[in-house]
Amino acid sequence: MFRSVASLTLAAALLSLVSVRAFATTIFVSNEEGNSVTVINSKTLKTIKTIPTSRRPRGIIMNPNYKEVYVAAGDGDTIDVIDTSKLAVTRHLNSGPDPELMAVDHKGKRMYIANEDNSQVTIMDIASGKVLGTVAVGVEPEGMAVSPNDKYTVATSESTSMAHVIDNATMKLIANVLVDTRPREAKFTADGSQVWVSSEIGGTVAVIDTKDWKIIKKIGFEVPGVRPELLQPVGMQFSKDGKLLFVALGPANRVAVIDTKTYKVKKYILVGQRPWHMALDPDGTKLYVANGLTNDMTIIDVPSLEAVRSVPVGRLPWGVAVMP
Amino acid sequence: MTPKTIKTINIVYLGKAYKEPLPLSLLDKDYADNGLAGAELGVKDDNRTGSFLGVKFDLAKDIVPADGDVVAKAKQILAQGPAIIIADLKAPDLLAVVDLPEAKNAIIFNTRSSEDSLRQEDCRANLFHIIPDWAMRADALAQYLVWKKWNRWFVLQGKLPADKEYVGDVKRAAGRFGGKVTEDRIYKFSTGASRSDTGYQQIQTQMPEATEGAGSYDVVWVADTDQAFGEYVPYRTYDAKPVVGTQGLTAVAWHPSYDQYAGRQLHDAFERFDKRDMTERDYTAWLAARAIGQAAVHSNKTDVKGLRDYLLSDAFTVAGDKGEGMNFRKWDHQLRQPILIAGPRSVVSISPQKGFLHPKYLTDTLGFDKPESKCKLH
Repeated sequence: MFRSVASLTLAAALLSLVSVRAFATTIFVSNEEGNSVTVINSKTLKTIKTIPTSRRPRGIIMNPNYKEVYVAAGDGDTIDVIDTSKLAVTRHLNSGPDPELMAVDHKGKRMYIANEDNSQVTIMDIASGKVLGTVAVGVEPEGMAVSPNDKYTVATSESTSMAHVIDNATMKLIANVLVDTRPREAKFTADGSQVWVSSEIGGTVAVIDTKDWKIIKKIGFEVPGVRPELLQPVGMQFSKDGKLLFVALGPANRVAVIDTKTYKVKKYILVGQRPWHMALDPDGTKLYVANGLTNDMTIIDVPSLEAVRSVPVGRLPWGVAVMP
Repeated sequence: MTPKTIKTINIVYLGKAYKEPLPLSLLDKDYADNGLAGAELGVKDDNRTGSFLGVKFDLAKDIVPADGDVVAKAKQILAQGPAIIIADLKAPDLLAVVDLPEAKNAIIFNTRSSEDSLRQEDCRANLFHIIPDWAMRADALAQYLVWKKWNRWFVLQGKLPADKEYVGDVKRAAGRFGGKVTEDRIYKFSTGASRSDTGYQQIQTQMPEATEGAGSYDVVWVADTDQAFGEYVPYRTYDAKPVVGTQGLTAVAWHPSYDQYAGRQLHDAFERFDKRDMTERDYTAWLAARAIGQAAVHSNKTDVKGLRDYLLSDAFTVAGDKGEGMNFRKWDHQLRQPILIAGPRSVVSISPQKGFLHPKYLTDTLGFDKPESKCKLH
């Protein structure tokens, strides 16, 4: 641990010789109970700013143009928009009740919002904030993902235990895939051929083929000395080369690393308590993990798959978004 | 995307409008649809899932009056073949219904009765217990007290057989987890709600007398299963001690202040549905409906036998917003579940507590584990 930290510091020192600004990533962490977003400089790992938000901020995503960060404030019934040049909430989107997670298409134009309390997905034009349509899905929708070609959106419903596939052009459901209990997040592979869905209570990650929306593989977890019911997959993040999938295992206090070719778990990385969601540094070398119970964020070095540092954030950190 | 074929699963909510004693606290409301509203919300949730898969869940409601014949009603229901029944019944009625010959192949969910005997010598193969029993509740509370190192318990019990049974569970928990019952005293004074002009003065002088001279102890453990006096014990004891048990700090399946693991979403959904707080009976009825919904959707079965087999299989799990999947103990059909340790206004903890170990399920440290089971299913 000490050695890793030392080498990290050394690497950072070397980097700083090349360029200070070009390599620093800005990390945004939503604090569910703190009603705030902590902004951290990835190089110094210091908090630059704490931005107050509406109540109960959870889902946090970056617009692909890096100009705005969206924060779903469930109890505020709104989505706060943070202007990344001002590091302040500058406007709100009328998201419908209890937004939890959302996804933005790759053009940065449309947002797909899971309204947890009324079992629907709200589709919104980001610039105008206008609601383009709503789609009824299962009970307690949460995980949202837009396919790389922007044609489909997958919403997972926690109580119904399904991944619902929305055709973005028609705003209609085209498939409903039954997965294991309490699906929390969905992620498409970069080529769009698969969508991976984590099931918190079921304890599995399902791999769905997007050709026919059928499950082709279910991956379980096993850690010696950790009770199976504590292995609860929630947040997921692919590595930049797509060869690995990181899965936060909640109360097991670990991030699992899955080889996406063999579907085998190759490592469990011990992090803080109750890791929720994660984000990858744009250069692909670091993974930032929000630890829900320990009020901190663990930094995982991707090449070595080691946890190298933890930094304090606000109360009950939930989601992470990054800006190069 | 509407599925082509529709399969229907019929569920019956069977209840009785029992004459209840007047609640000791005005805050305890006597809702006419207590339990039923939970089942209705659960079936609503089931139908949302079913709508994507071509399965429809239908809930029929049969609530007989206080002097009505619930067995005759059950016969009527079962005359049409094996049924799925959410039974909001007290133990004698429940047993009479499950023992009907025509109920042999039914699935009957117990959502109301906490009697240990229903999980022990009076267990039945067609009976599935969603509500925790008294032993689970006593164990859950005992684990918390032992974790607090409040190990010495002064028991104050009512006169009902059920109170006595519960005290047996408290003593059993003491033996299991390292607590000690320092004294076991019967509450001899008058019982019932004291809503008269002098009621409060009377209780104020009565409770110190009832708890006087108990020696050295950490908590008063009240055993009052039917709300005769327990609510009046806290803040009125002779010694300045916390009150736990059936009142005070309690062990429950659900509490209106519980908000973890999506509990808040369930409260919100229930409040929108029925414009009131969700009670424990609403929660157990909701969970029974969700269990059958989950079994139907994941097993792809609609026949009662197929569903019953699936409920008891290793594949079955139901989410009840307690942070882990729940399933049934095969030896007595009790649903494994974390138990909330709740004060009147907030949830204090969730048991099982850290450090109470079990080779299979931590939740099996609560209640009757397989080696202690007296249940012979038939």
